[in-house]
Amino acid sequence: MNSWRRSFESISLSFGAIFAGLLLFGVFCAAVGQNPFAVYGSIWKSAFGSWQTFQNTLIRAAPLMLTALCTALPARLGLVIIGNEGALVVGGIAAVAIGLGLGTALPPVIAQVAMAIAGMIAGGLWIMAAGALKHYRAVNETISSLLLNYVAIALLNHLVGGPMRDPSSLNKPSTFPLPEAIMLGNIPGSRVHWGLLYGIVACAIAYFLIQRTTFGFAARTAGGNIRAARIAGLPVGQLTLTVCFLAGSCAGLAGMVEVAAVQGSANESLNVGYGYGGILVAFAARHNPLAAILISLLVGGILASGGILQRAHNLPDATVLVFEGIVFLAVLYSDSLYGKIPWFKEKPLIAAPPNPPTSPGQEPVVIS
Amino acid sequence: MATEAALGWWGVPLAIAAGTMRGGTPFLFVSLGECLTEKSGKINLGLEGTLLTGAMAAYGTSYLTGSPWIGVLAAGLAGAALGVIHGWLSQQFRVNDVAVGIAMIIFGSGVAFFFGKPFIQPKAAQLPTIDLGAWSGIPAVEAALQISPLFLLGVLIAPIMHWFFKSTRWGLFIRAVGDSPDAAKAMGMSIFKVRLLSVVAGSFLAGIGGASLSLYYPGLWTERISSGQGLMAVALVIFARWNPIQCLWASLLFGGAQALGPALQSVGIKEGYYLFNAAPYILTLVIMIFTCSPKRSLTGAPGALGTDT
Repeated sequence: MNSWRRSFESISLSFGAIFAGLLLFGVFCAAVGQNPFAVYGSIWKSAFGSWQTFQNTLIRAAPLMLTALCTALPARLGLVIIGNEGALVVGGIAAVAIGLGLGTALPPVIAQVAMAIAGMIAGGLWIMAAGALKHYRAVNETISSLLLNYVAIALLNHLVGGPMRDPSSLNKPSTFPLPEAIMLGNIPGSRVHWGLLYGIVACAIAYFLIQRTTFGFAARTAGGNIRAARIAGLPVGQLTLTVCFLAGSCAGLAGMVEVAAVQGSANESLNVGYGYGGILVAFAARHNPLAAILISLLVGGILASGGILQRAHNLPDATVLVFEGIVFLAVLYSDSLYGKIPWFKEKPLIAAPPNPPTSPGQEPVVIS
Repeated sequence: MATEAALGWWGVPLAIAAGTMRGGTPFLFVSLGECLTEKSGKINLGLEGTLLTGAMAAYGTSYLTGSPWIGVLAAGLAGAALGVIHGWLSQQFRVNDVAVGIAMIIFGSGVAFFFGKPFIQPKAAQLPTIDLGAWSGIPAVEAALQISPLFLLGVLIAPIMHWFFKSTRWGLFIRAVGDSPDAAKAMGMSIFKVRLLSVVAGSFLAGIGGASLSLYYPGLWTERISSGQGLMAVALVIFARWNPIQCLWASLLFGGAQALGPALQSVGIKEGYYLFNAAPYILTLVIMIFTCSPKRSLTGAPGALGTDT
């Protein structure tokens, strides 16, 4: 049985790691001659300071929730998939293609649903390819999914630069813009688009699927011990492909949200770091979809503060990337502190508690 | 241009041959670095970040000091500094080296872009090249046969590293730690130290690979200078079966694949330019599909590769 101390341990380690990352980032800022407290103040103000600015954070958190699932779901199967960016890009391309094809012929709701489904199928197949390579050919899924990112970006450049190019987009090649009528609207009373709801619902469904269904139980079993799962008769290949498809479809949906709610067309702004951000969210949330919602808000806040760091502190836009990297490293280090802090130890009441299972995503990965 | 007309379609193999030596150099250094790291049983997926940091450090140092060779040294040292982080963190209890690698890609590219911002505009002193094509009198051939000393250095390091693994005491230490950490422990070695040193030395080489990007070819510093070479090197080492000599051939193959797009563009084929740019990634995937198999583990793989022991 998990006692409250154990749950508290994982929560406080996650947040502790993020705060340690913040501290280290402050040291970094001081080293490059900035006042770290002023930088913290700016980040806070631009990310969570007021409802006006918090909406920026929410807009950026929406795709992060979806791309985080692309890493978090396969992690339960013991796979480290980092093809978030590629799945997002192909999802965006597919959504734009369908949206432009349908135009305003059908009611907007149907067009939006069709775009979402197209994005999900494209992203899903993209990551499923990495899963299939892993299952049938034992190709390392981390490398193959990361390579697929580059292939997706090349595909985007090709389509945007040639076959799908809008001739009037000179400085920044783009596809033709989607008709205004079929764009995703905003949640009433805010500037935040409906994509946020997609993200929250997807995370909730993912949590339910993994924690409360036989399918999720099978997936977690296969992730814990693949040999035992095979002996128990679980269809490991089918599980791998399904989970990878679901994971990719989440990232594909993020691509659809980006083109249909933010960009209005597919262009190179699609790969602006939601992929890496999503990986960070998934690891910091320890691959728990509900925790991913909260962490997405934090990372979305970091992304939203990029502009003010540039304007008010004259820091380059890569500052956000450094910040993410530092937080990521701190999060990984915090994993080694599990069970080392005495205060979180279970009090032995009747019998000694069993050893905690290894947290998902921490299983040894063998390149073979 | 006149030379293109004179060479016609011969320009394609020539450009690919030239691109093989140019584009293959970063692959060569990064794959040798990764080979050294993986022989000790650790995977460093973060060499993409190391490559970028190395490219930035080399370019910046060359610009500030005016000496490209000091830039190469700075690139190696910057890479080694990232290697220290990776080597230390990936050996902590329950910390997975693949995850650390992903974090180091983000951190390394962040550091490179952060400090590299002021160096995007200015022109830094480039490494000198050795001209082997002066006899021909055709400018295109001359341009193609400008060989970098870094390329020659990499070609030299490959057999030296092979000899190092095979015939030296330290090479044996690294192989022992990578193949059977328990045996190495029984021999009284510090697994932590051997692995840390291997990761740091491998990252040093990868940093020099970055220097070849920014000081030789393409010879400038932008945020898009590396396009996944650091990552492909990890796949390349698998393809080369953890053998430094084969890393050399594999790097040349990948360099050639990378030169395909620009070579075809130079003779006027502009259709699908971006798709040809994806050739190295697709080649990597195809190679991994054919060399990996679910039924057997790969020959030549270090026994303890990627395990937490």
